[in-house]
Amino acid sequence: MQNARQPLTVSDLTRKIKQILESGFPSIAVQGEISNFKRHSSGHLYFTLKDEGAQLPCVMWRSRAATLPFVPEDGMKVIAGGRISVYEVRGSYQLDAQSIRQLGAGELQAAFEKLKEKLGAEGLFDPGRKRPLPRFPHSIGIVTSPTGAVLQDIRNVIGRRFPGVELILNPVRVQGSGAAPEIAAALDDFSRFGRVDIVLLARGGGSLEDLWPFNEEVVARAIARSRVPVVSAVGHETDFTIADFVADLRAPTPSAAAEIVVPDRRELLENVADSWYRIEQAVLGLVSDKRERIHNLLNSYAFNRPVDLLRQHSQHVDEVLRALHRVAGHAFALTAAGRDSLEQRLRALDPRLALKRGYAIVRKQGAIVSSASGLHPRDRVDVEFRDGTVRSTID
Amino acid sequence: MAGKKKETPGTFEDALHRLEEIVQKLEQGDVPLEQAMHLYEEGIGLSRICAGKLKTAELALKRLSKDAEGNFSLTDEKE
Repeated sequence: MQNARQPLTVSDLTRKIKQILESGFPSIAVQGEISNFKRHSSGHLYFTLKDEGAQLPCVMWRSRAATLPFVPEDGMKVIAGGRISVYEVRGSYQLDAQSIRQLGAGELQAAFEKLKEKLGAEGLFDPGRKRPLPRFPHSIGIVTSPTGAVLQDIRNVIGRRFPGVELILNPVRVQGSGAAPEIAAALDDFSRFGRVDIVLLARGGGSLEDLWPFNEEVVARAIARSRVPVVSAVGHETDFTIADFVADLRAPTPSAAAEIVVPDRRELLENVADSWYRIEQAVLGLVSDKRERIHNLLNSYAFNRPVDLLRQHSQHVDEVLRALHRVAGHAFALTAAGRDSLEQRLRALDPRLALKRGYAIVRKQGAIVSSASGLHPRDRVDVEFRDGTVRSTID
Repeated sequence: MAGKKKETPGTFEDALHRLEEIVQKLEQGDVPLEQAMHLYEEGIGLSRICAGKLKTAELALKRLSKDAEGNFSLTDEKE
């Protein structure tokens, strides 16, 4: 080598390096992922090719760039062909790219199938691993892009269906270089945070390359080790990613995921109002039954029974009347208490409202029949509809 | 039954479940009047609680952040 006492100039050294590198790599093909892509106003393209371990600065001059059949962007997996050149002024080397070819759908598909097979063999997709989702989550974690329509869609759907929940966003990039590890870290965050009941992993539609982070092993592993059930919603209905297979539940789209994770408040309110109505009907029915029985007793036996029995009955009547007053008192309290529309809905317990919704009330000898077992062939019943009552006979 | 009546049902799910139970019991019809009144009161109370929880007003959207030590905090997410 060189004698240390005979120093080279920087230019001399750089020139030698340039000779070695440029003659050593006159024509190569390099596979990697594009990042820091920039199109200069001159028309030249500057970008970095990278993989997990290293980076390579690249340039493609305007004349070549003009022949590219596609627009390169960050995150694309490509094979770039060209030669290594040394830029003496900066003392740096770069790939002088002559061609860029996107990794074909075939190659991506092959990688997809390979990972799918590997994780499947490990049992990561087993139905037995899928955890049920809580029916009424309090807090929902969301891993998605902080900008864009997906977050808004989720927010709108949940806000409409069940606003009484807390949504917690852990924002990530959902495409391009570095997206996959970010997504994995965000999922791990929610596991450690510990306060969410479900995590939604969502992304809007895109090309196979766009959705690629959701096909990477780091994401699959993070889903598998999540302490919270994960619902995946990536792309459109027809897109299946590795993340979908590992997730506890796959939703066809982000909006659909939002529908799945929370119940519909309106339905629940109707259920509650219906329960309220049925409780009142049952109790009123019970009370009127008793009253009728006492009435009959008094009519048939009053003159044939000892006086103390008559007193007993009379006392029973008083009790029933007290009970009735309590029911009536409740009804009054309900009327007085409500101010807002939801309670008004709940108080709208007039049976006619139920009738309007298509319910009918079946009565046998004046008493409400609430169970099929209460009816027998040839029983005569009255069926009350919204607009009238029909008398009919059970087959 | 009246003795072990819950004062505040734990979760919405519990409340809803208990409400359904009460409806069933009452509709079976063979409940003594006194118990029916207790069930009635409990049922109407639960209906109110459930409706109250359902009408909770605004959806909250927050952002999870992590400091250098890995401690989490939540901030309100703007539109």
